[in-house]
Amino acid sequence: MPVDGPLTALVVHVLAGDETTRRDALDALPALLPDHHERRLAAARDPHAVLDDADLQRALWLAYEPHYSDLPGVDAAVEWHPALLAVRARLEARLEDAVRAVAAPLLVEHALPADRGASADERARQVVERLRAMTAAEGPSPLARFLGSRATREQYLDHLAQRAAYHLRESDPQSFALPRIEGPAQTAFAALQHDEYGSGDPGRRHSLLFTEALRAAGLSTDRFDHVATTEPAVLASVATMSLLALHRRLRGAAVGHLAAFEATSALPCRLIALGAHRLDLPPAVAAYFEEHVEADSVHEEIALEQLAGALVRHRPELADDVLLGAAACQAVDGHAADVLLQRWRDPSVGRGAGGAA
Amino acid sequence: MTAEDDRAPIRPTLVRGASIVADTDGQLHRVTRPVVALCACGRSRIAPWCDSTHKLLHRRAGADDA
Repeated sequence: MPVDGPLTALVVHVLAGDETTRRDALDALPALLPDHHERRLAAARDPHAVLDDADLQRALWLAYEPHYSDLPGVDAAVEWHPALLAVRARLEARLEDAVRAVAAPLLVEHALPADRGASADERARQVVERLRAMTAAEGPSPLARFLGSRATREQYLDHLAQRAAYHLRESDPQSFALPRIEGPAQTAFAALQHDEYGSGDPGRRHSLLFTEALRAAGLSTDRFDHVATTEPAVLASVATMSLLALHRRLRGAAVGHLAAFEATSALPCRLIALGAHRLDLPPAVAAYFEEHVEADSVHEEIALEQLAGALVRHRPELADDVLLGAAACQAVDGHAADVLLQRWRDPSVGRGAGGAA
Repeated sequence: MTAEDDRAPIRPTLVRGASIVADTDGQLHRVTRPVVALCACGRSRIAPWCDSTHKLLHRRAGADDA
């Protein structure tokens, strides 16, 4: 297991240890991750340091992983062990502080009117309007443009490897939020996930299409192989999805995040698919991104109106959370894209060199 | 692409439960999704399906379009 520092070591002890090491880990927790107000404020003042913290992000990835799959040498029952949940809660608090801090400027820019007397319909309309404004295309994404027209074959493959931590389990984090969504929005959510899982055809599951793209490109299809070299900022983007979907109190943000994610996917995917053709990569690579041009153009319309809009119409008090999730998606994923571009522009950041720090 | 405030993109039409869609040339396309987005801006490169190109275009609200 990749051990980046004391937090990763702590989670490894909890995952793979016995009851004694788990008790020791719990004893060590307050010193390693103090819950003092001042420390949390510090995380909020420099949120990018939290997103870029290799030790914290890999620790959190490991702490979430028992919800998704088996880890080598780890008893599956640890998923609900109080020691793991206690450690995870402290790590999540850091992430949530950072996510709220990086999302804040976008939330100010797209703030809802203070009119608290607005009807549910009016609130829903306002939220959808702001989601559209927040996700409007302001020109091609720099990351997609780079992959489309300039990336070398090695950089393009590195991009696929960096995406693997999420896309090999594409849409699985969001599924945890499905039973937590009330009212008509749940139907739209299920329709979206149905399409992500292949619309009834197991061969069309997006996670499988990504697996096939990796395999065709000669890359490992085991997420565990990729996590050790995934940029912490990319892991933070995946962890944000788990955080929002696994906490019912954040379900509005989970919906806003999904809406923003779908609304900013199709245009970049088209450029990234062009990059795969330009580099003459195996057809499965371009096919994966081309599927997302078509699918996510549908998903954007469903996610904004029928999912986010319908949720706010049913639960107007979630309006601010929906916008929080959308801003979090834009800000956290935007930072991950910046980090990846930097990784490829800086010749000293070699392939497989691991994350920062 | 300036003055976004008085312009809005021409968004696609969502169609649920179709099995075949005919494009403007009368050519038939098999539908494989429960819901599809049909291009309404006329600029999609994968017509009749939407490819989100409309997000790069803007039209004047209340201008000569219906």
